[in-house]
Order: sequence, then C-alpha cells, then structure tokens
Amino acid sequence: MSDRLSVLKTYKLYVGGKFPRSESGRVYEVTDSKGNWLANAPLSSRKDARDAVVAARKAFGGWSGATAYNRGQILYRVAEMLEGRREQFAAEVAEAEGLSKAKAAAQVDAAIDRWVWYAGWSDKVAQIAGAANPVAGPYFNLSSPEPTGVVAVLAPQESSFLGLVSVIAPAIVTGNTVVVVTSEKAPLPALSLGEVLATSDLPGGVVNILSGRVNELGGPLAAHQDVNAIDLAGAAADAELVKALETAAADNLKRVLRPRAVDWTADPGTERMLAFLETKTVWHPMGV
Amino acid sequence: MTFEYAPAPESRAVVDIAPSYGLFIDGEFADAAGGKVFKTVSPANEEVLSEVAQASAEDVDRAVKAARKAFEKWSALPGAERAKYLFRIARLIQERSRELAVLESLDNGKPIRESRDSDLPLVAAHFFYYAGWADKLGHAGYGADPKPLGVAGQVIPWNFPLLMLAWKIAPALACGNTVVLKPAETTPLSALFFADICRQAGLPKGVVNILTGDGSTGAELVAHPDVNKVAFTGSTEVGKAIARTVAGTDKKLTLELGGKAANIVFDDAPIDQAVEGIVNGIFFNQGHVCCAGSRLLVQESVQDELLEALKRRMSTLRVGDPLDKNTDIGAINSAEQLARIKELADAGESEGAERWAPACELPDAGYWFAPTLFTGVTQAHRIAQEEIFGPVLSVLTFRTPEEAVAKANNTPYGLSAGVWTEKGSRILWMANKLRAGIVWSNTFNKFDPASPFGGYKESGFGREGGRHGLEAYLDV
Repeated sequence: MSDRLSVLKTYKLYVGGKFPRSESGRVYEVTDSKGNWLANAPLSSRKDARDAVVAARKAFGGWSGATAYNRGQILYRVAEMLEGRREQFAAEVAEAEGLSKAKAAAQVDAAIDRWVWYAGWSDKVAQIAGAANPVAGPYFNLSSPEPTGVVAVLAPQESSFLGLVSVIAPAIVTGNTVVVVTSEKAPLPALSLGEVLATSDLPGGVVNILSGRVNELGGPLAAHQDVNAIDLAGAAADAELVKALETAAADNLKRVLRPRAVDWTADPGTERMLAFLETKTVWHPMGV
Repeated sequence: MTFEYAPAPESRAVVDIAPSYGLFIDGEFADAAGGKVFKTVSPANEEVLSEVAQASAEDVDRAVKAARKAFEKWSALPGAERAKYLFRIARLIQERSRELAVLESLDNGKPIRESRDSDLPLVAAHFFYYAGWADKLGHAGYGADPKPLGVAGQVIPWNFPLLMLAWKIAPALACGNTVVLKPAETTPLSALFFADICRQAGLPKGVVNILTGDGSTGAELVAHPDVNKVAFTGSTEVGKAIARTVAGTDKKLTLELGGKAANIVFDDAPIDQAVEGIVNGIFFNQGHVCCAGSRLLVQESVQDELLEALKRRMSTLRVGDPLDKNTDIGAINSAEQLARIKELADAGESEGAERWAPACELPDAGYWFAPTLFTGVTQAHRIAQEEIFGPVLSVLTFRTPEEAVAKANNTPYGLSAGVWTEKGSRILWMANKLRAGIVWSNTFNKFDPASPFGGYKESGFGREGGRHGLEAYLDV
C-alpha cells in the first residue's frame, strides 16, 4: 500500500487581482453535503469588504473606459479558460452541492455558456438600451447606458457556481466592477473562479471575491458610501436581512436589485444587466 | 439700471379660483375626513388664494381604494382607448393653457413668461407623447405585452407643479396604472384644476385621484400597503426616507432628487452664448430647478472676461411681479425656502466667498431674493456642495479638462451638467466622463417629453420621459 497523499489547496480570496488571506486571519470549515471536511475557506471581515471596494473603485475607470469589444473579448476568454478546467469545476460543484457528477458537469457547462452569452452582449446592450430622442427643437439628443459603478453582489446561496456566474457576468459586461460575496456554505467553486479570472486578461479589481458570512459582510457593503449598487440575491431566504440591507442602501441611494425566485438554468434575459446601468442623455444644438 | 419698463401684467381674469377646494377622490371633490384645511398663498404678495383640504391617513386609504377599484377596468381597456383619453387631456390642456399658466404663476410665483412659454407647452407635450405610447407598449422593448403595476402613489414638488404632474401621470396612465397624486403643500391649485380637466375629458372615476396635504400626507401615501409603485420628485433627504419606507416591500420605486450641476465653460466657448446659458441655467424658475447649473466652472484664462459679461447680463434681469410679462425672476416659493436660501448664501459669505448681486429693488410684500453670484468659491464651501434651490450661482475655476471633470463630479449628486466649448471632440470626451444623467452641451435646461431625464448617484434612480420613462410604470 503506497497510497499517495494528496496535496490540499489553501483557498484564498481574490481581491485587486491578488490572492490574499483574510486580513482577520480567520477561516471557517467548509464541508460537503454529507458533512465531510473539504477545506478551510477565508472568513472575510468587514475590513476585507472595504479593501475589496477600494480595489473595485480603482479598477472602475479602466474597465468602464475599455471598449465594449474589448470587454466582450475578455468575457469570452473567461469561458475559454473555464472550458479547460471543466473537470475541476465539475468535481468542486458536485462536492459543494451534493450533485451527481453529470448534474454538476451540466451546471458547469451552463456557466461556461453563460459567459459566452454575456460576452456577446458587451457591444449590443447600448444599442438596445440607448435611444436617439426626437425632441421638438433643433437639437441632437442621444441617450446611452453607462455602468453605475461599483456593484456589491451577494451571490446566490444554493447555486454555488452557475448562480455565481449568473450574477457576476451581467454586472461586469457593461463596465461595472464588483465585490461578490460567495455562497456561504459552498464557497470553493467561487474561490477557484478567482484563479480563472486572474488568468483571463480581466484587469485586477474588476471582480473581487470574498468568502464568509452574508450576515457579517452584507451590512458593511450595503452601507458603504462608495458602493453604487447592490444585488441581494444571496439574501433571498432571509426577508428581515433583505429589508435591513435595502434600508442601509438608502443612505447613499444605492441601486438595489431585490431577490426573487430564480431558475438559474433558464434564459436570464437582460434584467441583471439593465439593473446596473444609468441612462445618460446628451443634448447638443444642431445648425450651422 | 435706469431703464424704465411700462408694466405689462397678464390678466388674472382668465382664471377663476374658488375660495376652497376638497380632495379629488373617485371622480368627486370631497372634504378631508378630519375636516382640516390649509391656505395656499401667492408668494409674490402673500395674498391668500384659496383654502384646500389636508388629507389624512383615512383619505389616503379612500383614494387608494378608489384607484384600486378603477385599476381593474382601466388596465383592461385597449391601449388605443387609453390613448384617446390622454389625447383628450392633452388637447384640453392646450385649450386652457392660458388659464393654467396664470394660475401656476399666481400659486408658484414663477414668471408668466416661463409658465406660459415653457411649462404649459411641455405639460401638453407630455400627455401627447405618452398618449401615443398607450397602444404601442409592445414595441417599447419590455416584452410583447408588458403589464402595468397597479396603483401608483406619486408625490411631486412645488417648483413645476403642473409639469411634474404631467411627468408622473401621463406615463402611468398610458401604461394602464391608476394614480393617487399628492401635489406640494405650497402649490396645490393647478393639480386641482387638472382634476377638472379629467372630468371634462370623461376620464373614468378613480383613475386619477388628487390628495392635497403636507409631508405627512405624502408619507402616508408612500407607506400605504396597497400602493404598487411609488414615484417621488423632491429633496434627496426625503428621497432617502422614502427608499427606507419601501425597503423590504414589492413596491417599485423611482426617485428624482436634488442636484448641484456644474456648468463648465472652456476658454474657446462663445462667451455671449455661454453667458445666456449660465443665466438660463441658474436663474430660470428662480433657480428652483433640481438640474439648475448652480456651479459655474470656468477656465481660468477666461474667468475675468466671462464674469464681466455675466455681471453685465445679470444687471439686466428684472425681478418682480410674476404676472408681468417683462419679469425674468419671480418670487421665491415660500418663506421657508427663502430662509433656506438666505442661510446658505450667508454661509457662503462667512466661509470666505465673495458675494455679488446687481442693484435691484425687491417688492415689499412676498418672498424675494436677488440674483446672486459668489466668486472665490472652493470645493469645500457649503455653497459648492449643497443644493441651494434658489438664484445663487457659485463660481469655481479650473485649468485643464481633467480638473474640470474631477471638480464637476465632486458632489454626491449626479443629475445634470453643462459643457461649453467649440471643440467637438472635447464635448464628446467631457460628456463621456461626467457622471450625470443629462449633459447639455452648448445649451442648458432643455426639456422634452421624448428625452429621458434622471440622475446618477444621490440624484435618484429611474428615468422620466422618453421610452425609458415607461419602465417605471411597467412590470418588467
């Protein structure tokens, strides 16, 4: 018997393009659906959340200023990189969610396809959400959508990977940057996604991934004055928490995407992209 | 100033104001349940114009019930029929526009020139624009058959009483919602006249309900459990309170809040046109405009030339009787608002900015404030950060386009901005960088029903006007 002892992975956060441990030095035990220990995940603190917001803000100018074509290329690159690691993610999702290998693989495939779908939206969303406005006067008048800024995302609790991708991709494809709090009990696929994003030409800070307690991180993110919007998907099960977070978000009039029942395998539509866009209307006189 | 103008007052005879008005609920005027009333005065001379009902929680409930009942039939009407009602309303507004303009100037204090030439044409245009959408909603990009939300609770401010009513009611009805609208406490009359237009148009009872009252009435309406959609235009402070009230509910919310717009003038701008734009940007409607260009950012190299031209132009502004057709700047809407403007202007002085106003005689009665300019303003000054909502302009300077952008974006607001330059590429670059919902390039304070309006950041969320404005009233 010379069974090889496997090498365990130390899972880390993904913030500002780097892989830090939680500044708090805390971790928590992550188990599979049967309660078997899988790994220790970083237990992010409020300070980690604030650092992630700083990183997201820093990345916003460059990412929102990139051409839509460029952003689309990078989202597609994420799909390419994931395709090569399908097996790894299928195994992680199977363990995280207690799914059969086949069902987990289907989730991963759907997640990859979702990156491709959103990649194609990058240079089309302005065309469907913008408008040339025929005002009653000699003016050129054009409305176009722009990213709202830094978006805090509480990722869905149950769908650790497909759900996660389904909330990140629509927020960033239009030029927003995000701070995402992973599924609390199944954070490992999300933390591994950080490794994929880091090698996908995505500028550091565009996506920042925190594992930890929604109850601990949701409040500081909802109250943060430099966060422009919040997606409450991950708080869906707790109506009181949703109300508290939405109330805190009012302090700087964050855009709030309320949670509702979602089938993550269904066609997502444009809702999650449009929720984090502002409409800018520019007027200019016409004439000689 | 030595020019003498002959007075040219608009006739008050075209409007017949009743001594008292009730609440408009389910197609009828009725007293408030508690019997409470308050007076509305003309801010130009403090004359009591009428007495209106103060709606209580009980009245709010009655109005919401009426709107709920009416919703069933109204939302089931073919869009083409709803369109015809809205077209009728638009036509009636046109027919009665002189009467409404005079009424609006009496109750609000704004110059008749503006209510007649700006407000009323836009009010009619809004109803025409959204009338046309009522039977075309499937083409608006929100699905093949988008549904209305239900009962809309709408709270509007006093700066453009009838225009804000139109912005709220026209898209709501076009989409098939019914409404309960609360006009501002100091300017309730034109909404009550609008109730009469609904009657003349034969609008089904309960589709539009008007509740007069103060902030407590608005708070009751926003909190009512059977309201499906809340739309508010007003201060950022109240907007935040409303956002907290609807937190955790299914109510859809749109907010049009405050602003502190930068009006940015580059050294190559046509100075005379820029001066007109600056004056229009801040002194239009006494500066009671959320998107007013209240911060002038002028490139340092043309500061002296521009300020000289601006002061010369400001010296020709006529302040006085809102019903005089020569008047440029009318009365401040209320004693409270005047006190707020004075407090902030005094803060500007005490914080070290230099205050200037043209010599100008203000009437004895009523609420008045001369057009005022502050130079030497820094970004930290309260007058550079807080919305004054009055005819007060703060002047700051910049050297480079990057600095102009940084300063323009340096407030919690993001409603509007202006850019003045002859260089096209710079206009487009600036328009791209400014974090504001509306960018006026080489123009300012232009509005149109086809053009979406609304802010970034703490200026609120959602858009009014245009195809985008439909989203607020549809289940999308």
